Order: sequence, then C-alpha cells, then structure tokens
Amino acid sequence: MLTLKEPVLRMKNVTKEFPGVKALDKVNFNIYQGKVMGLLGENGAGKSTLMKILAGIYPTSSGDIFYRESKMQVDSPRKAQESGIAIIHQELNLVPEFTAAENIFLGRNPIKSLGNINWKKLYADAEKLLEHLNLAGLSRKLIKDMSIAEQQMVEIAKALSLNAEIIIMDEPTDALTSTETESLFKVIRKLKSEQKCVVYISHKLNEISQICDDVTILRDGNLVSECEISKINEDAMIELMVGRSLSEQFPKIESALGEVVLKVKNLTNKWVSDISFNLRRGEVLGISGLMGSGRTELAKTIFGVYSTSFGVIEIEGNEIKIRSPQKSIESGIVYISEDRKNDGLVLGMSVKENLSLSSLNQISTTWGHLLNRKEIDVAEEFIKTMSIKTPSLNQEIKKLSGGNQQKISIGKGLMTHPKILILDEPTRGVDVGARKELYTLINQFKLEGMGIILISSEIPEIIGMCNRVLVMHEGKIKGELKSSQITQDNIMRLAVGITEVHS
Amino acid sequence: MNSKILFKYKSLIGLIGFAVIISFLNPRFLTTPNLLNILRQTSINSLIAVGMTFVIITGGIDLSVGSSLALTGAISAWLIISGVHPVVAFVATLGAGSLIGVVNGLIISKGKAQPFIATLAVMTAVRGITLLFTDGRPLGLGHESNAEVFSKIGTGFFLGIPIPVYIMIIAFGVAYYTLRHTRLGRRVYALGGNEEASVLSGINVDQVKIAVYGISGMLAAVAGVVITARLNSAQPTAGSGYELDAIAAVVLGGTSLTGGVGSVLGTIVGVLIIGVLNNSLNLMNVSSHYQLLIKGVVILVAVLIDRKK
Repeated sequence: MLTLKEPVLRMKNVTKEFPGVKALDKVNFNIYQGKVMGLLGENGAGKSTLMKILAGIYPTSSGDIFYRESKMQVDSPRKAQESGIAIIHQELNLVPEFTAAENIFLGRNPIKSLGNINWKKLYADAEKLLEHLNLAGLSRKLIKDMSIAEQQMVEIAKALSLNAEIIIMDEPTDALTSTETESLFKVIRKLKSEQKCVVYISHKLNEISQICDDVTILRDGNLVSECEISKINEDAMIELMVGRSLSEQFPKIESALGEVVLKVKNLTNKWVSDISFNLRRGEVLGISGLMGSGRTELAKTIFGVYSTSFGVIEIEGNEIKIRSPQKSIESGIVYISEDRKNDGLVLGMSVKENLSLSSLNQISTTWGHLLNRKEIDVAEEFIKTMSIKTPSLNQEIKKLSGGNQQKISIGKGLMTHPKILILDEPTRGVDVGARKELYTLINQFKLEGMGIILISSEIPEIIGMCNRVLVMHEGKIKGELKSSQITQDNIMRLAVGITEVHS
Repeated sequence: MNSKILFKYKSLIGLIGFAVIISFLNPRFLTTPNLLNILRQTSINSLIAVGMTFVIITGGIDLSVGSSLALTGAISAWLIISGVHPVVAFVATLGAGSLIGVVNGLIISKGKAQPFIATLAVMTAVRGITLLFTDGRPLGLGHESNAEVFSKIGTGFFLGIPIPVYIMIIAFGVAYYTLRHTRLGRRVYALGGNEEASVLSGINVDQVKIAVYGISGMLAAVAGVVITARLNSAQPTAGSGYELDAIAAVVLGGTSLTGGVGSVLGTIVGVLIIGVLNNSLNLMNVSSHYQLLIKGVVILVAVLIDRKK
C-alpha cells in the first residue's frame, strides 16, 4: 500500500534470532508523526520482540533503525529513553508505596542547593503533568491506592516528563473497564494533537479500529501488512493475523439444560451481598460487570478462597460447607483464575506438573508415592483432547503462549472431574485463533453436562457464549438477562447500576 | 532446566577442580582416612542442610535449627542419663525436634508470620530453653551400657565407614525420594513456585509448610543426636551458627532463596564444597581467623558466578 507520509521512525529489515527460533524476519515498521500505529498479531507473532528492540531491551540480529532519517543505535533502555522512546509495559513498573509524583520523577527528583529534595517543585511539576492527562489532584496519591487505569496514566505522565516523542503501549486496556478505556483514548487523542507518536499493541480489534490511524500486522515473525485503518475492516485484520478466515467467532451451540447443579442462596461477605442464583447442567451462565463490581470476588467466595459470613451453597441439592479451595474441588467446583501468571499456574513447573497439580491424589498411591507412568498418561490425554501445543510434557510452562497456558490452566481443573466450572476471563491475553479453540472447548464441556460460569469483561464473548447473564454492580446482582435480552446496551446499563432493561 | 543442570555441574566441577588443586598442595588430602574424616565432619551440616533444602524450596528459611540441635542434643543426653533405652531415646529426640519444627510451621502458616522473623524468635527462645534445661553446663552421657550403645551413633564404624556417614546417606536418599517422587515433594515445589496458584489448585499450603518445618526440625534433632553421641556429652552452646552453614550449602547447591527451585543433589555438592574447604584449610594450618574470611569469600564468589550464568 502506497503511503506518502514520511515516517518519524523507521525500522528496516529487522531480524531477530533467538537460539533455535527466528522471532523476526526482515520486518519493516514505521511510526508517523502525530499518528497512532496499531500493532497486531497473535501471541508469538513477534510484536513484543519488535517493541523490545525499539526500547533497547534486545539487540537486533540484523537490520537498521532510522530516526528522522538518521541511523540510530538503540543498544540500551537508557539510550531509547534519551532518544524519546518510552514503553508502557503490561506489567506496570511503579513503586506501590510511593506517591504518583515520586514515581513520575523516580531517580530524577528536583533538588535544592543543599542536595535535599525540592518537594514543592516535585509536586507542582507532577501535578502539571497529571492535569494535562485530566487527572488533576492525584500527585499525592499512593500508587497502591490507585486503580490500574490511574496507574497507567502515571506511567504516561512519567513518559511525558522524559520528553518522550514515541510512546509504546502494550495491551493497555486489558485490565480497564470501558469507561476507563474511553478516558485512555481521550488522552491518546490529546497526545496525537500534540504531534506525539503512539504505538498501540492490542488483541482487541475494535479498539484498534477506534483509536489507530494505521495498523501493522505481523504473523510468525513476518510483516504481513501495513495499511491505513480506514482501508481495512476487522474481518480482514483477523484473516491477516491468523492466515485463514474465521467463519464465525462464537460457535454457539444449543444443548438441553439439565437439573440444577449449583444453588447459591443469599451469599454475603465482605465483598458481595445477598447473591442468589441457580446453575443448571449444560448451561453457560455469564457474569458480567465492571472491574471491581465483585465478579471475581463472588467466584472466589463460591470456591472457598474467601469466607462466607452468611448464605448457603448447594451442589446437586446437598448443602456444602466450603471453607477452602481444597474442599471445593472435592465437592466438584473448579475455579480457573483470571490471572494465570499470579495465581493460575506455577510458571517454573512443567506442563505435566501443572496439569496434575490439583489431582495429585489420582496419580499417587495412598502413601503419597507418585506414579510417574500414570501421570504421563493422564497428561498426554489432556494434551491431545485439548490440543495443547507443547514440545514436550516437561516443557517449562512459562515458555508457552497465552492460549496454551490457558488451556493447561483449564485442563488442570478438568482433571479433577468437576461438576461446576468457573472460568474467570478465560480469553484474556489469548490470541484470536486460540480464543476460538477455547470457545469450542467450552461448548464441549456444556454438552458433557457441566455447569459453567463464565466471567468476562468482553461483552461480545458474553453475548456469544452464554444462555443467561447475571450483571453485577457494587457486589450485588443488578439484574438477570435471558436470550434476546442479552445485548451490549442492557449489560452496560445494569453494569453501571441502571435497573430497567430493554427486552 | 538446562541452565539448572549446567549450574549443578558447574558447582560440581568447581568442587572437583578445588579438590584436585588441594591434593597437589597437600598430599594428605587424598587419603582414605582424611576423606572419611571430611564425610564425617560434613554429616552434621548435611543433615541440617537437607531439612533446610525443603524449607528453602518452599520460599522459607529456618534459622532455629542450630538451637534445635542443642536442645534436642541435651534432651537425648538427659534421656540416656535417665537410663532410657538408646532406640527409645533416639526416637523421642526426633519427636522433640519435629515438635519444634511444627511450632515454627504453625507460627508461619496459621500466624502468617514471616519465616525469617518467626524462626529467629524460636531460635532465641529454644536457646534459652536449652540453657535453662542444662543450667548452662554440658551434660555428660555417663558410662552405663545404654550410653555406650548410644555413643556408637557418633563414634562407631561399620565396614570401615563412620556411622554418621550412613545416617547422612540415608537422609539424602529419603529426601531425594520425597522431593522427586511423592505428593508432598510436588507440593513443596508448587508452594515455592507460586503460593497463590497452589492455594487455588486445592493444595493445603498450611499443611505443606508445617510439614517442611517439621522435617527441618526432625533432621536438626538427628544432627543433635549425632553430635551428642560423638562428643559423649551435650553442650548447651552447640550448633551456634550452624543454620548459616546449612543455608550457605543449600544456596551453593543452586537452590534459590526465592523458592520453587532446588534439589537435594545440589545440596550434597554444596555441603561437600564447604566440607572440603574447611578440611583443606585445616590441613594447610590456616589460622581459624583467616578460615572464616576465606569461607565467606568462596561463598560470595560461588554465588556471584551463579548470578552471571
């Protein structure tokens, strides 16, 4: 595609080889003045590697980087910073115990003549930057007391304080609600109007369409396309990313609902209040709501992580006293965490060891001797039925893609033969191709008669997968939506606390 | 995994290289009596380090082992003096050691205390109990027949090899098996690798913590018995600083203080490095003041090499 714009920064024929893998193969990447460049690709396509090269974290194997037409060496993160390149990682790099201002000027505190910190100037300067990002009055707030969205803004303020010309955002909206995403977009538009350049990495195609001016698509370390956003639609983007057409995103299937498998009555504790609902066999019950509405807390309460002060949980008509995840798993409930890295998987352990972690009793003798052969057999079976892609059973799990990690996380739960499966944001950080596989798996569990609770921030996912949806707001169930009532509009209305819905 | 194996060999290569150099410097080093001597001397540190390996893999630390060694040693001596059968005394002492460990485990799991500070407190308190119990004086075993049998645990030989060496080998074997081939072992690694994930995977992490500190306390008691039997008396000040030698050995063996990673094989190499170092410095008549300095430097260098990878 012919573009007449001259890029501010040009990466030319960039190749990066790791032992045994070519992560990038002669990739060209352009960033234009005052524009937002979207960077798309499945996990493992090379997006992060490309950006890490730009941020000076990795050296290139070959290829050049030109900044305003002159060749540039970015051989350290410091060099990148000095050249005006800032990267805002998915995992934010802030000191939780410090205020926003201290974080913005970390290591660069303004000092007075005696060498002591000029606090007045520090806060005044920080306040000015934050005001610019529509966050006036936050400079004295501690990072740990901030929402993720606010923390991200602090990172952006920090980048601006370093006179960044190019700001790279890696999946910035993954943990944001839609209102927060909207305010992030406002800030991005403001940066644009100030002629700053933004690189926007995301899995969310609708966001790419909304905020980006151009998009670059990578697949398997190769550049597939660079084009203006107005000239491409979402379906075409998916096709370019995965290299094949995805006929439909949500392969919804109808199945007969069985008897009630889970009954929750008046469940109340510190996080949720008066929660009652039923779940049937073969049903996918969606739980929607904004971040902080108590969805995850509800799931963890049912699973026994948090204690219950009031209320009853029945499985197949029998009241159970759940006090720990261990007991819940024994009673047939499994919870698959939204946060694979922090509380879902043991990243240093192998594929096999993670899969069997919840079912060690099944693969050992009464005395606790592990039956190696049995463990391998069971793990292999799951790898096959869930089509998990791994070089071996002994592969360390941190080296697998997000989609495969998620499958292992689910497989670990399934190995305990649950009656009720609670999936918390199962497709977060999972690429488009693997998402569809996960949806197919969920449908399969549904046909097998499992009761499934699907917690998700992705409204299309809720609409596409669920029989029924509960929408939470401030720890309570604000409403229940069935079949044709399940619409984006209704979910959003309930999520922000408006109770009347359109049918 | 590869780098871990590499490191395991790295420290092993270091150990062998070091031994070769010493054997050239001092011909007495590579003699059977001296090698057996090294093994016997390392047996105490080995026992403690094996327990410490469990604790450190879970991401914890156990500073109380040196004090536990002294108290359990005194308990065993008192039982022997009271005329108890040596086997009963041995088992009861192990029970006492495990109990101290379980107390550590309870404070850390149920009390949600930091392992460092919890075991530091227990270390201090147990040392106090030992001093009260012994009135600050050594307890001699005496010369009754049960004392004669008991002291064989520390001084005896079987097929020309000291008994403590057998005890050490058994401890290594059982620990290796437990970590590699049992449910408990798997849970120990999982807990150290990711505590939150372990909880959500249905692992009773409190139980695992109590178990590892219990094991550590029990092995400290075995060391307490061996040392008491060897010296024919229990010293109330025995074992001071032993926890640090054990931690050094575990870390030299490639076990990470952040948890989740480590092995008994590494710990074996670690204790041997420290043992060979002590022995060779003694053979070469290096003054004890220099010995500590040199030991510190060696540990530092080894750890820095590991960080380089």
